[in-house]
Amino acid sequence: MVIKMVKIIPEIIKESLTNLVKSGERSDGRTFDEYRDIVLETGIIDKAEGSARVKIGKTQIMVGAKPQLGEPFSDTPNVGVLMTNSELIPMAAPDFESGPPDERSVELSRVTDRCMREAGVVDLEKLCIVEGKKVWMVFLDIHILDYDGNLMDAAVLGSMAALMNTKIPEAKLENDEVVVDHEKLVPLPIKEKALMCTFAKIDGELIVDPQLEEEQVMEARISIGMRADGSICAMQKGGMKPLNKDEILKAVQRTSEITKKLMEHLPQNNH
Amino acid sequence: MIFIEDKQMVIPGDVLADNEYHSGRGTFKEDDKICSSLVGLVAIRDKKISVIPLQSKYIPKRGDVVIGEITDIRFSMWNLDINSPYSGILPASDVFGKEKRDLNKTFSVGDVLFLRVVDVDEVKKVKLGLKGRGLGKFRNGILIYITPTKVPRLIGKKGSMINMIKDETKCEVVVGQNGVVWVKGDPAMERVAEKVINMIEEQAHTSGLTDRVRNMLFELLGKEKPEEKPEEESDKEPEEKTEKESDEESEAEKEVAEEKEEEEENGEDLIQ
Repeated sequence: MVIKMVKIIPEIIKESLTNLVKSGERSDGRTFDEYRDIVLETGIIDKAEGSARVKIGKTQIMVGAKPQLGEPFSDTPNVGVLMTNSELIPMAAPDFESGPPDERSVELSRVTDRCMREAGVVDLEKLCIVEGKKVWMVFLDIHILDYDGNLMDAAVLGSMAALMNTKIPEAKLENDEVVVDHEKLVPLPIKEKALMCTFAKIDGELIVDPQLEEEQVMEARISIGMRADGSICAMQKGGMKPLNKDEILKAVQRTSEITKKLMEHLPQNNH
Repeated sequence: MIFIEDKQMVIPGDVLADNEYHSGRGTFKEDDKICSSLVGLVAIRDKKISVIPLQSKYIPKRGDVVIGEITDIRFSMWNLDINSPYSGILPASDVFGKEKRDLNKTFSVGDVLFLRVVDVDEVKKVKLGLKGRGLGKFRNGILIYITPTKVPRLIGKKGSMINMIKDETKCEVVVGQNGVVWVKGDPAMERVAEKVINMIEEQAHTSGLTDRVRNMLFELLGKEKPEEKPEEESDKEPEEKTEKESDEESEAEKEVAEEKEEEEENGEDLIQ
């Protein structure tokens, strides 16, 4: 049996937020194109090979990257594996429950995964040690510590930073055996940078980085993942109402400007 | 023997006093010692020690006035979220009397009401009522959520704090005991009130708050600071202030009762 909790949003809040958007304002005084304050720290978990903590306003996310030796998938014998998993821990919000991952958690990890994978952030071919036998598998674990809206942008930003922060041990082939040198660490081969930008549609306007209140009253949502060169690598639409073509094109255009600014938060070079 | 001072911040397990004192809310007794069971501020009244938590959830009490949101409509009652672990019910008979009318047409899901807690039974079933002056449905405005234990501080001594906000922002403000605050006025002023109320919540445990709130209000409204007087007076004020402050918190709880009445008067035009 699936019990879905539906949060009832007081009519008053819906109205006041919509009216604010109508007059070109937002409840926390931001413009439509403005992010909340972003704080990004990397290398904060000793036990993980790469890690990052992102705060976007009151939303807080921790990402850890863990490489492991494993067998590649049989259809792609010469590339490594990147796997993303996310956890909405009950501490973060009253309606997050422990147990099997819910819809939002699955969506979050898949969207993040798609953004990282399709952008080709990690040069997976370089993670191959013995074709068809041994490759590096990188596991990205996203933990939501505090939920105040816009998980996707935070997750992608955190994953990107964690991957750039990751160092893997050097693995060599000696006498047909894989030898891992845990003393010698090399940075994960990063060949592309990608970030995501989420818009919420309220009263026909698209506002960037929606906070929880805004997410609760929004009509629709669109998240666009973009590489550093401005090409799109992922897109996800959410919410009940539709978006028209003009709105999507506008969102894409604004994303390319906004992601440029967001890139500045990432560490300048690897490590 | 007492080991702490009034209004000192304590953490769970801190030893507060020994046997001479009585154990109040937020404390427990162990081996003849009174210890804190919460993170909060110590309140000493005569020989009774209690701890007022910094963060809390609203536990419904008979006679409180609360602001609730309708979450469900049943056959003969509405279900309400009262910002508490326990949900409230509003029986249709309380609104219609003996008449039979369609519940949907009166209040719908998402409406925000100002109510009184009529009864809380032993399993915490919360019965709400709309009988009383000023109780009813809110239209427009914004909602602000604060920790219920900080409600007395927001209202202030004899409503001083809340009246200052009302006067300066020209907004209507209604405070529910459950930590929900409704503000209605000019949209820009609503935002000012929201900022100030959030500041009060953050700094409720510090002293000299009223002055800081006044300064913040003047700053946000772009007004001149209230003359240079405060500076001149600052020499003699400290004594007065400490006195006032201590009064403020100890009396604030009583004031709430008075304030309720006042709120109702202000909310009169809200009646359907």
